[in-house]
Parts: sequence; structure tokens; C-alpha cells
Amino acid sequence: MAVNPDEPYRKQSGLLEVEDLTAGYGAAPVLHDVRFTVRPGQIVAVLGANGAGKTTLLRALSGLVEADHGRIVFDGEDLRDVKVEQMVRRGIAHVPEGRGVVTELTVDENLRLGGLWRRDRADAARALDEVYDLFPALAQRRASAGHQLSGGERQMLALGRALIGRPRLLLLDEPSLGLAPRITAQILALLRELRDRTGLAVLLVEQNVRSALSVADEGIVLSLGRVVTRNSAADLRDDADLRHAYLGF
Amino acid sequence: MTDVREKRATEAVQSKAFKRKKTPHPIWYAVAGAVLVAALTHYLPPFRNYQLATVGAYFTVTAGLTVLTGLNGQLSLGHGALMATGAYTFALAQNRWLALPLSFAAALLVTTLAGVVIGLAAARLRGPYLAGLTLAVAVVVPSVTSTFDDTFNSDMGLSIALDPPPGAVAMEQWQAWLCWTGALITALLLAVLVRGRFGRDLRAVRDDETAARLAGVHVARTQVLAFVVSAACAGLSGALFAVLAQSVSPGAFPLTLSLFLVMAIVIGGLGRLAGALCGAVLLVALPALAQTAGERSGSQRLEGNLALVIFGVVLVVVMLAAPGGLASLRLSTIFRRKR
Amino acid sequence: MDRFFYLTFDGLSRGAVYAAFALALVLIWRAARIVNFAQGAMAVAAVYVAYSVTGATGSYWLGFAAALVFGLLLGIAVEKAVMRFVDHSSPLNGVVVALGLVLITQGVLGMVYGNEYRPVTTPFRRDAFDVGGIALLSRYDVFVFAAVGAVVVALTLLFTRTAAGLRMRAAAFAPDVSRLLGVPVGGMLTLGWALAAAVGSLAGMLVVPTELGLHPTAMDVVFVSAFTAAVVGGLDSPIGAVTGGLIVGLLLSYVSGYLGATVAPMAVLLLLVVVLLGRPGGLFSSSKARLA
Ligand SMILES: Nc1ncnc2c1ncn2[C@@H]1O[C@H](COP(=O)(O)OP(=O)(O)OP(=O)(O)O)[C@@H](O)[C@H]1O
Ligand SMILES: [Mg+2]
Repeated sequence: MAVNPDEPYRKQSGLLEVEDLTAGYGAAPVLHDVRFTVRPGQIVAVLGANGAGKTTLLRALSGLVEADHGRIVFDGEDLRDVKVEQMVRRGIAHVPEGRGVVTELTVDENLRLGGLWRRDRADAARALDEVYDLFPALAQRRASAGHQLSGGERQMLALGRALIGRPRLLLLDEPSLGLAPRITAQILALLRELRDRTGLAVLLVEQNVRSALSVADEGIVLSLGRVVTRNSAADLRDDADLRHAYLGF
Repeated sequence: MTDVREKRATEAVQSKAFKRKKTPHPIWYAVAGAVLVAALTHYLPPFRNYQLATVGAYFTVTAGLTVLTGLNGQLSLGHGALMATGAYTFALAQNRWLALPLSFAAALLVTTLAGVVIGLAAARLRGPYLAGLTLAVAVVVPSVTSTFDDTFNSDMGLSIALDPPPGAVAMEQWQAWLCWTGALITALLLAVLVRGRFGRDLRAVRDDETAARLAGVHVARTQVLAFVVSAACAGLSGALFAVLAQSVSPGAFPLTLSLFLVMAIVIGGLGRLAGALCGAVLLVALPALAQTAGERSGSQRLEGNLALVIFGVVLVVVMLAAPGGLASLRLSTIFRRKR
Repeated sequence: MDRFFYLTFDGLSRGAVYAAFALALVLIWRAARIVNFAQGAMAVAAVYVAYSVTGATGSYWLGFAAALVFGLLLGIAVEKAVMRFVDHSSPLNGVVVALGLVLITQGVLGMVYGNEYRPVTTPFRRDAFDVGGIALLSRYDVFVFAAVGAVVVALTLLFTRTAAGLRMRAAAFAPDVSRLLGVPVGGMLTLGWALAAAVGSLAGMLVVPTELGLHPTAMDVVFVSAFTAAVVGGLDSPIGAVTGGLIVGLLLSYVSGYLGATVAPMAVLLLLVVVLLGRPGGLFSSSKARLA
């Protein structure tokens, strides 16, 4: 089944609309004319081989990588003029590849860091408690330094820290990295639950295609920095050719 | 995309040009320099000869330092102290035996030994730690003169007995010859040294220690050797300064001298002997200009300090303007290599 | 024995100043991975400002406050106007730029104030008073302890108890992640420089009266001692800086007291060499190479 990635197959205003995004490091761009949409409450999986540009895409969305041209519209505002440190105030949380736990800080400090920017101190405190309720393992390790945590605990910490900002869009880069399948499944199930409860939209980068597509509504497939396919998760799951060509299973 | 292509193109052009243009052997530069200096000293008035001599003395140390910092990546702030070591050794030897060659040899020997000691420590240190240690050397060594004031006569320093110059040669002319003999021999030896295997090792260690080690370069030995060579240069330079001033005192080797040397090698392009020469000229010319400006304005305070400010501003501006900082200042014609 | 006690207290008092100065170095190192070789010159500039203000108003304390404020502003200016633009691919770049700032500062101070030593006033007497029949420490020493103690406590509270402190630590350890969490990393860097420069100015105010007097190069030797203190404690560790400062102070005091004042700088150099070669990560760490 051929899909033309340039033609939006569902015309509906999105929370995040990316148009013709070209971005990279220095001279040669990594991403070429990427376009896709994420609607409120939607989980979109970003798939592709190693080096396809998935991480670069997330970094470009949150401003860590400068876009050469194209538009990144979030909630009607072009994000290209917004500073990285302002993204979180717009409602975008980015859990970077490798999780980005500040290993020199304690669990509690990491979590509080996620809410420091918030004016509403009371709600930030409430969100902190909610995260501790959500991840009881973290509550037990409040005073442990980040470098003392296991991989799974770090992932919970990174995710929890992002949630304290009560984001509308979560950019999640390979949450399954180095985790047992069971824990990955728990985390992905949690995303669905959050989406259902709070209307959170998620852009989920995953190597583990099967489990990503099991929670996602839609998927986009990157190859060499270009969007080669955009489709509903169910269709992607069933598309044998595509799986062979790009996803390798 | 165009950037990359352009870069490739210029690189290709440069490497072609490099292959076509065979640089003459350094000995020809040295011979030309000797002829030029001999001619200049014949025509220049005494004060200019003295300045010319000072340029030679500075060039002796900046040449060694630019090899150390530019080609081997070790930043030393202690070369002023090594110069002091050379100068004092020279003074003590000269006052004892009154034999110029012997005194120079003594100065070289002692600073080489000092270079071995500091170099051994330096080879284990990197970046700010090496800078800090050598800075400490630069600040502390002059105080040695007070500790052993029987030998070094404390802040007053020592005056040096020099035989009158041979024949009808004027003192300043004689000083210029001595200084430039030292400078040109130093530069020639350095140029020959860095053209060969040693130069390759220096750069390999600077660029990537691990890679150099894997390629069979003895990293620590290369670093110590680089330090020792540049220390010997500093020692000779110190001895030449002793000849120039006909005295030595700790005040002649303050921390600012070491900082001036860093400025001198940075501004002319790190790792280039030609750059070291430019720096040496500036070290003489700028203070002279500043002094004139100070005298004009009638402010004594301006005289000594204007040069400091100018050197500082130059150093900061050059560092900020050069993208990549020190690394980009290493473009070298004599020891050119692709970065 | 009396002499030993006296030297000990004297050493602790000196050490307190080195501790403050080393803390300033550590603050910038942690925030920006730069050893601020211009710290000494910047501190001298602040002391000159105090000298002028005190001379004009007759009040030591106005001068004292002016020095701290000036130090703060100078730190901001240096970071915003110069250090921000330094290429950090090699740690030497920052060092060389700082050295350029040393030359500029010393030159400007020499132009404005001249290159002679100027006597500075102290708010308290420097002669030691008796404690149980032994002359141990002076009112000035007590002032030094109090001032440095206050700084240490204030910095500790700032970094462990406040949002700004948490932001500064996060920005230093993980700049990209911090930005994603809304921390203005550039601003935190500026704040770090400002704090460090103010603490350095305080150290300058405390140390200059105990040395030869005010001179554009007055802090050169102090810088070496403070750098040694910071290295002894490990450049990354504020607690190490304080401990290192006290160790260096004691060493200097004992060496000057028992072997002569002119030997003291060499003792510091020796300590620096021994620590750098023997305990590369500082006395309190276990890391191996000084690759920074
Ligand atoms: N900091 C960087 N500088 C230069 N090129 C980079 C940088 N980071 C990534 N790249 C290049 O950009 C391309 C895309 O990298 P990216 O990290 O986005 O891939 P990815 O899809 O996330 O891969 P993976 O699945 O391995 O994480 C790769 O070719 C990579 O070499
Ligand atoms: Mg990736």
C-alpha cells in the first residue's frame, strides 16, 4: 500500500503541526522536509532505523537543534522563535534520549527541578505528590542520588519529572532503552492511561516497534531523515512490506 | 551542502599548493636572517641596536614556547621563571669565571635540568592544572632570591661583569650580535627538529593522545622532551637578557612577563616560528610606543601600564575573534598540516 | 608551645581567606569549567574601589559594601561581555582569555592608581589579644572568621535550600536537560560568575590588609595559594575548597613561623606539586587523571 507522506490523510487541526521541517547539525541537514501532525490526546509513534533522525526530530521540536527551514506550530504559535527554556511553559515536555536524569542531584531534587518554572506553587507540589503516588519506587528513594538508580527507576524519574509540568505534549525518546519488556509495557500502558485521563498527546520514539504500535494511534516512519510513511498504527502493524523495508520485523 | 563542498574545494587547492611549493630548508632562513641582522647593526644607532637585540632575546624564548604550546598543546605560564633561572645562572657563572661561552653553557644546562623537573610534572597534567602549576612556578620562583639572599642578593639582584666587546665594536652592536646568534641558532634547531619525526609526534600527541599512543608514539616522553626543549630556549633567552641589562633582579621577571610571552605566541599564530618572531617584535615595539604615548601625555602612570592594557586587549580580542580559539590559530606555513 | 598555638590560629585565619578565595574558584569551575585565572586581578580591582570609597567617605564599611557590589557587577560584566563568547572546545581558551583580563585589569589599575603600595585600613585592630595568658588571635582574625563563616553558611543554604541554588547546580551538571526543564542556563552562569566574583572580592578585602598593602599585583601570590587550596580540596568540591584553604593557611603559617617567611611560597608550590602528582583529584576524591 503506497502512502503519499505529503498529503495529510486526515484533515483536522492539530496540537502540533510540523511543516517542511529541515534541520541538522552544521552544514548537512539530517531531517528533510518533515511534515506531520499530532492532535490533542493522540499518541504518535516515530519509527525508523538507527540514525534515521528520530532523536534529531525531537531535538528540533524542542529547539535544541536549530531548524534550517519549515514551521513547527504548536497550539497556533510557531515554536521556531521560542527559546528552549520556554518550551516547558508552552506545555511541551521532552524526555531526552538516555533519560536526562541529573545524576548528581537526588530523586527529590530532580523532581522538584521539573516544577521550578511553575508559578502555581501549590499545584506543583500537588503534582509532585501525584508522581510519588504514581511511582512508589521513587517515593522510597527520594534522597538517593540519580546515579544510584536503576535504569527503570531512572526512566520513571525522567517521566515523572516531565509530568510535574502537566504538559500537553510529551516528547519521549526511547523510553524502553535498556529496560525489561515488562517494565517497558508498564510504561507504555501508563502513557495510554495518562492520555485517557488528561488528554496528553505523546510523540513516542521507539526502537521496539511492536510495543510502540500497540499503544500508538498513529505512526510515522523516518528513513534517512525523511518521512516515508504516515499511517494509523493498526495499518502499520499489518503492512508486511513496510515492516520488512524499514522496521525489520 | 555548499559549505561542505566549498571546504573540500579549498582543502584540495591548499594541499595542491602545499605539494607544489617546496619550502626552502630552514638554514636559508637563518643565513638570510644573519645577513640582515649584520647589515642592520651596521647602520642602526645604538638605541635601535639595543632594541633589535631585545627582539632577538625575546624571539629565542617565544620560538621555544610556540613549539610547546602550538605544536604540543601544553600551555606554560612559567617561562618567565625559566628565563630568570637562566639569567641568574648566567650571572653567577659569568661573575665567577668571566667566560662568556661557559656562562651560556651553564645557563642552558641549569634551565634544561629545571625543564626536566617541571616537564616531568607537566606531562601528567592537563589544561588548567598545568597552567596553574606553571603560574605558581612563575609567581614563586622570584621569591627564591630572597630566601637565599647570600647568593642572589634578594630584590637588589646582581650586576654582571662583562668583558668589553672585541675590537671597535660598540656595546649595543655586540649585544645584538650575541642575541641574534642565539636566536637564529635556536630557531634553526627548532625548525629542523619539528620538521622531522619529533614534530610529527608533537602534533600527534596534541591532537589525540590515545591515537598517538596507539600509533606507537611515547606520549609522556614526547611531552617532557617538548617542555625541556622550550625550557632550554627560555634559559638561553634569560642569559641573553642578562647580557642586555648587564644585571639581573627578580623584578625583571614578573608574572606579567610570562603572560606577555603567551600573548606574543598567540598573536602571531600558534606553532609558527614566524609568528613567534612577530610576537617578539611586538613585545619590543608596543611598550616603546606606549612609552612614547605616555611621555607625550606627561603621565608616568600611563607609560608602563598602557602596554599591559594593549597586550591584554589584543589577547582577549584575538581569542574571541578566532573561531575555535587557540586551535584555529595554529594555521602554520612552515609546519603546515590539515586541521 | 605558645608559639605553636599562635601560629595555628594565625594559620586558620589566613586559611579562612584562602578558603573563601578557593570557593570563588570552585564556584566558577563548577558552573563553567573554567579556572578563573583573573580572579585575583578582579578582586584587587574591587579592593581599589573600596579604597576609593573609604577614602572619600571615611567609612570602612561603605567601602566594604562597595567592593562586594563592584565585584558582583564585575563578575556579571566579565561573563556577559567576554567569557560567554569563549570557545570551550579546549580548556586552554578560557585560561588564555582570563590571562588577558589579568593584564587589562592590572594595567588599568596601574594607570588609575599608580604602581606603588598603598596602605589600607582595617575595621578592627590586628594585634592579638590574650586568651588565658596566651596571645592567640586578634579582633581582625575574629572578623575574618565571622565573614568567611557567614559566606560559607550563606552559600551552603543557597545551594541546598533554595530554588536558585537547585537551578544553578542543575544548569552546571546538565545544561541541555536543565533548559528543557525551563532553567535559564545562561542566566545561571552569569549568576555563578557574579557570586564567585563577589566572594573573591570579599577574600581580597580580608587578605590585602594582612599583606604588603594594595598594589595591582597584590593578589598574585594569594591566587597561587588559593589555587593550591582549591586543588588540594578538588576543584569540584566546595567543602574541599574550605578544607584546602585551611590546610594551606596552616602550612603557610607554620613554615613562615618556623623556617622563615621567604620559604613559605616555596612550601605552597611544593604542596601543589605533591597533590597534583600524588592525588590528582584532590585529597578527598579518588578520580585518576587531571584531564580537564
Ligand atoms: N551531535 C551531532 N552532530 C552531528 N551529527 C549528528 C549528531 N547527532 C546525530 N547526528 C547524525 O544525525 C543522524 C541522525 O541521528 P539521530 O540521533 O537523530 O538518529 P536516531 O534516529 O535517533 O537513531 P537511534 O535510533 O540510534 O537513536 C545520524 O546520521 C547521526 O550521525
Ligand atoms: Mg535516537
